[in-house]
Amino acid sequence: MEQLIFFLVLLALGYIFGRRAEARHYRSIHEREELLRQLVVLPNRVPPTEFRHHDSQLVSGSVVISVDYFKTVVAGLRNLVGGRIGAYESLLDRGRREAILRMQEEAQVLGATAIMNLRVETSRIGQNARQGLGSVEMLAYGTAMIPPADPRS
Amino acid sequence: MLISNMEVVPGKRITQHLGLVQGSTVRAKHAGKDLMASLKNIFGGELRGYTELLSESRDEAMQRMEQQAKTLGANAILNVRFSTSSIAAGASELFVYGSAVIVEDR
Repeated sequence: MEQLIFFLVLLALGYIFGRRAEARHYRSIHEREELLRQLVVLPNRVPPTEFRHHDSQLVSGSVVISVDYFKTVVAGLRNLVGGRIGAYESLLDRGRREAILRMQEEAQVLGATAIMNLRVETSRIGQNARQGLGSVEMLAYGTAMIPPADPRS
Repeated sequence: MLISNMEVVPGKRITQHLGLVQGSTVRAKHAGKDLMASLKNIFGGELRGYTELLSESRDEAMQRMEQQAKTLGANAILNVRFSTSSIAAGASELFVYGSAVIVEDR
């Protein structure tokens, strides 16, 4: 009986705090994406000719986000019936967008106007013994194009 | 030292390829941070401790790669790629590699 109550309490905590954290994070993501929309991020390997006089420098952004208990339980149920795990999808989406935003922020400090050759790496942190996803690390990296300081074309 | 993950550097020419350079670190979790992580696994949200830990390890791995490139006499590292993998329970290896080259202005 105590086991069930403990489980329900954890589930409720996970749900309440998890949803709040996610809503707050998405609000922050939307705000920062609005501000950084001018700093284009492209996965192109070769930069367009307009960048032929720019300086290049590697920039990266990373974040480690953890699941909450509610997501873990929902994913566990999905594993029985199959199908999309929407709970994890939003987690990975948040992580990816946050990592790209941090990379853009680092490029902005350098005075860059674009980032080329975007790559995103995902890896699991957290216990491997447990079945669910503990926490996931997202790394986004690319090359920042910094316009030359002196007045050249 | 110019570090880039592109194959070309705008405005510069590659005059010599000096080969592959790499750097790696293996980091273990901190027991205290792990406790925070376990709590966060209930509430959700960002694990700032881990983010900083991995970020520092990545910088260290990049420094090792730069050191290797310097001994080869390179002035740039191109085509940089990162890789993270879980080794033992509680330890991750951060690996970064790229091509050491000598570039000069076009």
